[in-house]
Amino acid sequence: MKTVEEIKAAIEAAVPGAGVEIVPNPSVSGQHSLRLDPATARAVGKFLHDDTELALDFLSNVTGVDWPDKEIAEKVKVTRTVTKTVDGVEQSVEETVDETRKRVEPGCLEAVYHLYSVTRKHGPVVLRMRTVNRTGQVSLPSLTPVWRSAEFQEREVFDLFGIVFEGHPDLRRLLMWDAFTDHPMRRDYVEPDDFDYEPTAHDEVLARAQAHKDAAGQGTEAGQ
Amino acid sequence: MSNLPVDEAIDPLTVTGRPDGWNRPPLIEPDGEGELLEVAMGPHHPSTHGVFRMDVALDGERVIRLKPVFGYLHRNHEKIAEGISYLASMPYTDRLDYICPLTNNWAYALAVEKLTGQEVPERAEYLRVILGELTRFQNHASSIGFLIQEMGASGTPLMYAFREREKILDLFEELTGARMMCNYMRFGGCRVDPTAAWLDKTRKVVAGLYGFTEEVDRLLSGNEILMARTQGVGILRPELAVNAGVTGPMLRASGVNYDIRKVDGYSIYNRFSFKVPLGDHWDVYDRYMIRLLEMRESIKILEQALKDIPGGPVMDPKAKIRGFRPKPGEAYGRIEAPKGELGFYLISDGGPNPYRYRVRPPSLINLTVLEDMALGANMADVVLIFGSVDIVLGEVDR
Repeated sequence: MKTVEEIKAAIEAAVPGAGVEIVPNPSVSGQHSLRLDPATARAVGKFLHDDTELALDFLSNVTGVDWPDKEIAEKVKVTRTVTKTVDGVEQSVEETVDETRKRVEPGCLEAVYHLYSVTRKHGPVVLRMRTVNRTGQVSLPSLTPVWRSAEFQEREVFDLFGIVFEGHPDLRRLLMWDAFTDHPMRRDYVEPDDFDYEPTAHDEVLARAQAHKDAAGQGTEAGQ
Repeated sequence: MSNLPVDEAIDPLTVTGRPDGWNRPPLIEPDGEGELLEVAMGPHHPSTHGVFRMDVALDGERVIRLKPVFGYLHRNHEKIAEGISYLASMPYTDRLDYICPLTNNWAYALAVEKLTGQEVPERAEYLRVILGELTRFQNHASSIGFLIQEMGASGTPLMYAFREREKILDLFEELTGARMMCNYMRFGGCRVDPTAAWLDKTRKVVAGLYGFTEEVDRLLSGNEILMARTQGVGILRPELAVNAGVTGPMLRASGVNYDIRKVDGYSIYNRFSFKVPLGDHWDVYDRYMIRLLEMRESIKILEQALKDIPGGPVMDPKAKIRGFRPKPGEAYGRIEAPKGELGFYLISDGGPNPYRYRVRPPSLINLTVLEDMALGANMADVVLIFGSVDIVLGEVDR
């Protein structure tokens, strides 16, 4: 099978303007991946599917990954001018100090696709796409029109991660019920506290459920 | 709404959306006579193998729409696994496809071994193959039993299948301590070494398995009712099967030669000689027949593995199974589970718990084509078509 570098070159030759980036995988598995630009992802998918040499006709696995905002603390040397009193005379002196600066690296949601070829019996080729941020309204192009096996799996990613797949023919929640509003696989997900009392031994859970009921003004008796 | 070029965007108004390239049969429109009937099959219908619902629209007896509804057994296995260590997820994988716990263990162990680069001793590889093929045998046996049960043959074939399955579960119990929740494989080997007596007992059981496949063959394969009910029903064309990610016996019944044991040659499967049976009518009968033939191939593999199994440790003595921290990176490991391609996708951030843990469930993805196979079929055949997919809801809903 072609290496990721060769696949990248083939894609760039076939799809003009496809911004493909190689994401190295430092683990021993050696499964490196290609990050696609969402704008051209469907054209790239179509090329990978139809190309006779790659013939990636089987989309095995589709999943999402949540990368939350990361706060990175860096130590920087800063030179500043301070006014000091030296020998009774006020002077401006330059001094260098270590300062910890925090910067926030914005997070994103990522969709990962694992492709194999049934005709040529090779794989996997790993594709990734990133959303611009991780708010409630993020979208990526759906690859279901190219590989239908993404139909349920993209629904699952939409359900659990909240990525809207544009062009998906039937994008509904798959595992959670329709009235559910949150996305449980996100790393900042907070479990709801409005469930009914259940006779379990989890005191903490009970206390939270009770607090919710008190706040909502619904009776105080557990079990009602 | 979309930033895609117009010619690539799909009209959101095509309700069930069937763009070109999906290889789907055309939707059947009602003939205009009489009323349409909407039936919710499940979630407690006896034919649904658990809690699963199909919303079916019927025109007379003919199915014109079918929408599967999932999630009744959803417990977010993946989220739970991200909060606990790698090893702690191992017993939980038993609960995915609870008919085949050992292949679930195997797929997970394989993915972690890919991530960490752990070696597996030879004896452990042989044991994994033996247990994996025993699992495949009992899964296919019960799957055939359930299929016949759903045709209305209450009891007999299913009890025959369960009699055989029970012998295999007894072996599992003796080796691992549990019939179904085995929790047996570890990263870098297996948990306990079987005794020579256990191997002898397994050889005896395996020697009796061929007779069972003969029995099933004689009892069912030429049975007129079975042929009338299943031949030409639920046809799945190969190009659709590949495009929809169908794997396992269903894919091979559609005539596509793709068996991960041969393609990836994972573990030590390239040491054994076995054939990959393929269907050529692509219907429910072929799926039944492929399972029967695969059971015979499993016996061949079992006989070879039980003959050649070497001595030695079952666990890499240097392997660290508890509290290890894989280097940052990711790995996707997959095996040919009895129901199809079972894969685990793991991302490590260098911590003791997986950063991302994903199960690729064959049962769920094989259901993608359920509507396509059922369109135009009779209501009674939907039960058969669904049964021929062979799913377990513990894995579908995770």
